[in-house]
Amino acid sequence: MHREATLLHLRVNGDDYSVAVPPHKTLLEVLREDLLLTGTKHGCEVGECGTCTVLLDGEPVLSCLTLAVDVQGRGITTVEGLAQNGELHPLQVAFAERGAAQCGYCTPGMLLTAKALLDRNPRPTEDEIQEALSGNLCRCTGYLKILEAVRLAGERLAQGGHTP
Amino acid sequence: MTTSKREFSVIGRPFPRVDAWDKLTGRTQYADDLTLPRMAFGKILFSTQPHALIKRIDVSRAERLPGVLAVITGKDLPIQFGIMPVSQDETALAVDKVRYVGEPVAAVAALDEETAEEALTRIEVEYEPLQPIMSIEEALQHPEPRIHDYGPEGNIHKLVSLEFGDVDQGFEEADHVREDVFFYQGNTHMPMEQHAALAQWDPGSGRLTLWSATQTPHYVHRALSKVLELPMDRIRVIAQPVGGGFGGKDDPFSHEICAAKLSMLTGRPVKITLTREEVFYAHRGRHPVLMWVKTGVKTDGTITAMHFKSFLDGGAYGSYGVASTYYTGALQTVTYKIPNYRFQGMRVFTNKPPCGPKRGHGTPQPRYALEMHMDNLARDLGMDPVELRLKNLTGPDHTTVNWLRITSNGLRECIEKVLEASGYRDKHGKLPEGQGVGFACSTYICGAGLPIYWNDMPHSEVQIKVDRSGSVTAYSGAIDIGQGSDTVLAAIVAEVLGLQPQDIKLVTADTDLTPIDLGSYSSRVTMMMGNAAYEASMKVRETLFAAAAEELGVPAEKLEARDRRIFVTDDPEKGLTFAEAAQLAEEKFGLIGAVGSYTPPKKLGQYKGSGVGPSPAYSFSACVAQVRCDTETGEIQVEKIWLAHDIGRAINPILVEGQVEGSVYMALCEALMEEQVFRKNVHKIPSLLDYKTLTFKEMPPVETILIETDEPRGPFGAKEAGQGPLLPVMPAVANALYDALGIRIEELPITPEKVLKALEDKLKGGEGRVGPKGIPNYEFPEPIRVEPPQEWKR
Ligand code: FES
Ligand code: FES
Repeated sequence: MHREATLLHLRVNGDDYSVAVPPHKTLLEVLREDLLLTGTKHGCEVGECGTCTVLLDGEPVLSCLTLAVDVQGRGITTVEGLAQNGELHPLQVAFAERGAAQCGYCTPGMLLTAKALLDRNPRPTEDEIQEALSGNLCRCTGYLKILEAVRLAGERLAQGGHTP
Repeated sequence: MTTSKREFSVIGRPFPRVDAWDKLTGRTQYADDLTLPRMAFGKILFSTQPHALIKRIDVSRAERLPGVLAVITGKDLPIQFGIMPVSQDETALAVDKVRYVGEPVAAVAALDEETAEEALTRIEVEYEPLQPIMSIEEALQHPEPRIHDYGPEGNIHKLVSLEFGDVDQGFEEADHVREDVFFYQGNTHMPMEQHAALAQWDPGSGRLTLWSATQTPHYVHRALSKVLELPMDRIRVIAQPVGGGFGGKDDPFSHEICAAKLSMLTGRPVKITLTREEVFYAHRGRHPVLMWVKTGVKTDGTITAMHFKSFLDGGAYGSYGVASTYYTGALQTVTYKIPNYRFQGMRVFTNKPPCGPKRGHGTPQPRYALEMHMDNLARDLGMDPVELRLKNLTGPDHTTVNWLRITSNGLRECIEKVLEASGYRDKHGKLPEGQGVGFACSTYICGAGLPIYWNDMPHSEVQIKVDRSGSVTAYSGAIDIGQGSDTVLAAIVAEVLGLQPQDIKLVTADTDLTPIDLGSYSSRVTMMMGNAAYEASMKVRETLFAAAAEELGVPAEKLEARDRRIFVTDDPEKGLTFAEAAQLAEEKFGLIGAVGSYTPPKKLGQYKGSGVGPSPAYSFSACVAQVRCDTETGEIQVEKIWLAHDIGRAINPILVEGQVEGSVYMALCEALMEEQVFRKNVHKIPSLLDYKTLTFKEMPPVETILIETDEPRGPFGAKEAGQGPLLPVMPAVANALYDALGIRIEELPITPEKVLKALEDKLKGGEGRVGPKGIPNYEFPEPIRVEPPQEWKR
């Protein structure tokens, strides 16, 4: 079917993209299908699982509920943008060390939600971590290793590690 | 294997999983992440009727929609398939009849997803409704209309009736006999990744490739070959890393076959990804099971006989159901010595999505029943519930009355350690009203001893190649579903060759490139793939040692591989780098490669049904749950779980802990909230919002205790971790609730409503029990009598 396309200008992980897509396309779809940034996952596509979380100017949003047209000119961060200049983010390192990713499917969403939390508050309490991540479902880990990893990354960041 | 633990340089150490970096940077490609040029999108039309004849399907309006490339219905894929050879009862798309709401009826390929969706709305299906059968009771009350025209009678799919020893005599010898009835509600896997498959047909070579989110690429390969009538060597199945399986991606699925067929018809790659709602309907999850158990004991607690009956609500198709039925009766004898045992099981067809294997496959339900029943028995006898279990514990090197061979068995140590860590003895019966602790034990197989289809070939095979750069590549059919099979493979090869896990390149789960592994189910991969990998790497090491021995002028027995070197044990300075050794070996012998294969030991039992239950080894777990319950609201808060698991040996303790924690999480979800239930024939809650699971906020702390028993049949002594630790958690929680409030919730999940109902019942002078009243009045066939092994003969 032929559909009207709109030319969008998106800034993802610091890169500028121009892409023509039908205006009703979600950010999730545009990231995955048009920009081929498939690191962003989906578990429901209706706003119930947190798997598709990306950052919009540093704040977590569900990309499955966000229209791409509405986020032009904003800073979008996906899991592909977490490591910078070839250096892993402390959250990625801590997740690996603590075994916080099993199947890895919820992981991009978890990492980004956790990054937003640590950027605000590098030494969150256990409750704060649980609260911040409670919209992200994980079916593999029982959440405990994710909790440990976020805490560890926070400690490292607070001790002079940096959030890129 | 004689090497002692401290000599290992990889095994037993906590290192990051080998696929961590791909997963943490978004590089891992799951099935739905794949795109190919000219790719079309497939969508499936699902039945709106629970039970109906298809009178007419008209796809012409769909076909006329611009952008639609092909439309198929049941007549295009009429050949039946199914995971079990005895239950070839599925078709990719319904033929003449639908058996549940959500059953695939037609499929469309179109240039884009929206067109495919639009096309579905243009397919007209005319149904003639039949009476839907929605429960075990209804299936027994209504032998007609039959959902399938096979099975022993009416809507019964499978009947089992077995007796080991003399149960009547055993009951006669008992001082006390008790009967209980339990119900375990069905629930679903809910992997975060929705199922997806991408197929590409190459008309030139006549070959088909399927990339899929599957736990069992080999069985998908077989099913595709059968249904599409293509020889297996024309088909390549590649399992992409799976975003969570838990048994939900163990069957060959309609969307995989439809994607393949649509690709063959359109000459384009076709991808089908299920929506979340469709995943709920694809199901193959936990069977709802109604159970009755009767046990005879001496006054000192010794079990003299047990009779166990189970009724499984199978849903609309066979799936793994025959095996599931046997599993509800198979492993009771592995934790406790039961000298006389009768098991009678039945699986019925109902007009609901098919049930199948979910983590623990057929054993969580009876384990929940058995472990609550043990507590009930202990109270009858005035015994401590732990003492009752200790009294009857099996041990290592034991053959059960139903002919299962236990090699290592660390259950006693698990119990001791978990009691100690939790302070159970100081808490049980001693905490304030509303708080309590509960205990339970369990066991699980380390891989099914028999393949799903009858054959004498190995269950897992590994191939290793080493080239002159010193680069090592391991090829295995095993698929990492998050459990860490890639990491186990790399760790075993690395340990043997003196390398590190990240040094090993892996090629996995690709039927063109890798040898066979039967799949990531039945907790089989560490045991079977691990043994195959061990054998292959030992052969490679021999070759390298032979070349190095000549160069160094010492006998090969004096050599050791470690720290990326091959050197003389007594003179570590004298040695070669791994790459140097590889070059020397290649000079001397040509390309260096080796293969390893693993076939489980032959089963001991010779009776019909003896194929389910045997395993190379059994893992054991013991659990203590501490709960707090609000008597006003019925809310249950699990405060902490202690879980001791006999892992044989942990290849990587971080991964094992992760499996334990994930199992505890899933078990708590099942214990407290998850239900796959139906209202007016449709799934009541097919969404992640309404299908309740524990979130980050509700997950309690877990203390994991790993017990190492060095299993003689396991690679480096390892056993399974992925499923066993789930099993004791549900009954431990239920038993804790009795300790807290004196109520028995003998029906899962334990919801606040049930707690309040039980409290009310207790207040009125009742037993404080919520659970099924009884079991259907059904006369099972006379049991097949099986002679027990020698050690059980009187
Ligand atoms: S995919 Fe966006 S919330 Fe589930
Ligand atoms: S790691 Fe699998 S869903 Fe979280």
